[in-house]
Amino acid sequence: MNLSEHTRKKIDEWLLRYPTDQKRSAVLQALHYVQEENKGWLTEELMDAVAEYLQLPRIAVYEVATFYSMYYLAPVGKHVINVCTNISCMLSGSTEIVEHLKKRLKISTNETTADGKFTLKEVECLAACAAAPVFQMGKKYYEHLTPEKIDKILDELEKKNGE
Amino acid sequence: MSDIEIEIDDKKYSAKPDQMVIQVADAAGIYIPRFCYHKHLRVAANCRMCLVEVEKSPKTLPACATPVTPGMKIFTKSPKAIAAQKAVMEFLLINHPLDCPICDQGGECELQDLAMGFGSSHSCYEEGKRSVKDQNLGPLIATDMTRCIQCTRCVRFGEEIAGLCELGATGRGENLEIGTYVERTMQSEMSGNIIDVCPVGALTSKPFRFTARAWELDQFPSIAPHDCVGSNIFIHTRGGEVMRVVPRENETINQTWISDRDRFSYEGLTANRVAEPHIRIDGKLKSTDWQRALEFAVLKLQNSLEKKGANELAALISPNSTLEEFYLFQKLLRQLGCDNIDHRLRQIDFSDSFFPRANFSLAELEESDGILLIGSHLQMEQPLAAVRVRKAFLKGAAIAAINPVDFRFSFSLKEKNIIAPHHLVNALAGVAKSLCEMNSKSIPEFLKNSSVSETDKKIAMCLFSKKNNFILLGALAMNHPEAALIRALADFISEMTHARVIHFTEGCNATGAYLADVIPKKGMNVSQLLADPRKIYLLFNVEAEDVANPAAFTHALSQAECVISLSTFKNELLEKYADVILPVAPFSETSGTFVNVCGEWQSFKGVAKSFDESRPGWKILRVMGNLFQADGFEYESSEEVLSSLREESRLSEESRLSCQRKLASSAFKKDTGCHLSQKTLGWHDNMLSRIGEIPAYSTDAIVRRSEPLQKIQNENGLAAARLHSHTAHELKIKEEMIITIKQNQTEIKLPVKIDDRIAKQAIYIPAGIPETNSLSELFGKVEIKI
Ligand code: SF4
Ligand code: FES
Ligand code: FES
Repeated sequence: MNLSEHTRKKIDEWLLRYPTDQKRSAVLQALHYVQEENKGWLTEELMDAVAEYLQLPRIAVYEVATFYSMYYLAPVGKHVINVCTNISCMLSGSTEIVEHLKKRLKISTNETTADGKFTLKEVECLAACAAAPVFQMGKKYYEHLTPEKIDKILDELEKKNGE
Repeated sequence: MSDIEIEIDDKKYSAKPDQMVIQVADAAGIYIPRFCYHKHLRVAANCRMCLVEVEKSPKTLPACATPVTPGMKIFTKSPKAIAAQKAVMEFLLINHPLDCPICDQGGECELQDLAMGFGSSHSCYEEGKRSVKDQNLGPLIATDMTRCIQCTRCVRFGEEIAGLCELGATGRGENLEIGTYVERTMQSEMSGNIIDVCPVGALTSKPFRFTARAWELDQFPSIAPHDCVGSNIFIHTRGGEVMRVVPRENETINQTWISDRDRFSYEGLTANRVAEPHIRIDGKLKSTDWQRALEFAVLKLQNSLEKKGANELAALISPNSTLEEFYLFQKLLRQLGCDNIDHRLRQIDFSDSFFPRANFSLAELEESDGILLIGSHLQMEQPLAAVRVRKAFLKGAAIAAINPVDFRFSFSLKEKNIIAPHHLVNALAGVAKSLCEMNSKSIPEFLKNSSVSETDKKIAMCLFSKKNNFILLGALAMNHPEAALIRALADFISEMTHARVIHFTEGCNATGAYLADVIPKKGMNVSQLLADPRKIYLLFNVEAEDVANPAAFTHALSQAECVISLSTFKNELLEKYADVILPVAPFSETSGTFVNVCGEWQSFKGVAKSFDESRPGWKILRVMGNLFQADGFEYESSEEVLSSLREESRLSEESRLSCQRKLASSAFKKDTGCHLSQKTLGWHDNMLSRIGEIPAYSTDAIVRRSEPLQKIQNENGLAAARLHSHTAHELKIKEEMIITIKQNQTEIKLPVKIDDRIAKQAIYIPAGIPETNSLSELFGKVEIKI
């Protein structure tokens, strides 16, 4: 399997930032590009293609992709909600947040809604403890969460999507 | 840098400034517990078992990752250190299954040992333990990943020593797992070493698994019998039976590693053995006792010799025989008036009276600046030499290869020239000429007509004006039809680059064979002995798979009037044609000596009980000598044989040295130009030529019978004709097509595999495997029919 022209170009641009013999440095970004292009998740073939493109052993790419929770190794919904359940957030009520999300989306964690819109995940500290409890959706952080606030966020999203 | 002084447990020691605390302690014999530290691997410092107390440090520090500083005071057994070590132990055991009774590592497990010293009978941990799914790593390595303590030794071994990253740590935290992620058979030719480095029972030997407990085994030192490196091994036996093979540390040869071939070949030791002496009576091979068999053999030989004369006797011996066997073999034959003696079974060009030099040590290879590989699949042929070349590469050496296949190596090639075998001489000549130009030396006559390509120049640059160069010749050069020219050109290049030339000979003891004079002095060589068949054959562990031309070998035996074979293993061909088969013991059941490519004489003892009636080769040959009433066959032990060989070889050392010096010039005398030689072989520029490599697990009779190694080899679909897509296109053949391959008068059918690693104008058809055994030469012109 080959990477798309588009992805290769973006990776090449990124590679310019590193010495030519340290292509490994671009693996995080390369995986992001590839994931973006593949409806938000990574297949084994895509990881292998990244390995080949960056001249890395395949396992080196698997290690990175499995280490970070922002890479998805199975299909996900349009929006992935990553709820922090680490210590600060837990003390500030993340358990309730997760429960509320489960009820509202009618799914459990690591599942995707039937309409393919939302995936719910638990993650470790998002480094926003001061604003706990927190979740991340796409590139945005949603802070000081309450069930009401979550409903508002999701309502708005659904409205937007409906348009 | 000058040494510094430190104190460990109130005693003063001197240390090098770049050492870690654990290294100084190890050298001083002070034991610090550890899991992740391994002296030949990079420091990872992730297990924390080696925590020690250091004066002025508020916290305990990992001894494996703490550099020494002047005046440092270290306490390895203070209450603080012990408390830290115990805490780490408790932590490591949290997720450990504690299944020692059913674990193969039990009794030789670092975790078990340290738990004895630092563990507690209680754990504060009450929660559920994690379990990890097992990996299927192929036929050699069994896994129980729940036992893994994530020391990453196995991962680092792959990255650093094997140069092939197959295992990794995926996931993180609680979910961190060691594995390949996607199920794959390990491809590294030295994967078995991860069994040794694994401190727990997560990685164990699949063939050995559940067959014995560590404490039931006896351990004996021995020498690995498959390549000319001569790795040091321990053979573990139970009740005289070989149970497994593990590395024995030898810093100058194999360090703490061995190849998979050396480790797992023992599985072939008892498979398919000749149990008793056999003689042919009325056309039928029947088993008999030693007395009768030997008398029969000697009588038969005597009669045939009287009738046909000694020149009709051909004597071939495996290059894996012991020095003692070699010596007695040739001694007996020479007394019978026969000089048709050879061990160079896969070679065909003997025009330069080559003799190995053994003027280097493996460790020196590590320090080289430039290395040129010629016809060498070093990685598979001599894996432990490849470990050293990889080290040189990591230190910045420029490595180039002139090979018929773009082989995978554990190091990167700076330059390579992938060419069909019939272009090899010209390619080397190009490099030689280019070096003449660089050194502003006049171009010698024999290079006048050679052309120099850009690639030749780049390859020459890898060696040019470097101090410490090596030229390595592998099997594909040594067995080449123009081997003499190749060796002469290598010598010529070496003179201009101050390189040392290493000739990697086949088998484990070819150097020994040369030392013992197991080459014809005036008689016929192996090639002639098969091309111009003799009437009498005396064979010592020679099978069709061992010779350059199996078709000729088969034919030679079929027309012979007397065939006597000393064989370890059963063999159909010999059962059909031999008049006498005498069961000879393999290396594990006899004492003997192997001389490695560096010239080291390594003696070993017989460690396993002999299989049925088989006997050590030197004893059989001695008795044969007695029966022939030959002189000087009164040996009582293999040591006596060895010392008489030492005497003799010292005498002839002088003549040999002067012969070596003549080498380089003499090879050129026959042909003044490199092109010329090819005409005599009937080669032309556009032919399709065969690359007849002997796959790593087909090199000798023992490995060919090791089931786990055969399984791995067959997984890769060896029985095929491999071609470059360009060649395939020209010949209008496609992947999977079954084609007929014609070589001289022989032909076989094989499926096609397109493989762009193969040189153009060449076809890779491995030898030494049953499917290709009816073909003739390893190299030369091949025609194909669709
Ligand atoms: S498998 Fe063994 S060597 Fe590899 S990380 Fe686990 S414990 Fe260490
Ligand atoms: S614990 Fe949730 S952001 Fe740090
Ligand atoms: S041995 Fe030092 S941390 Fe593992």
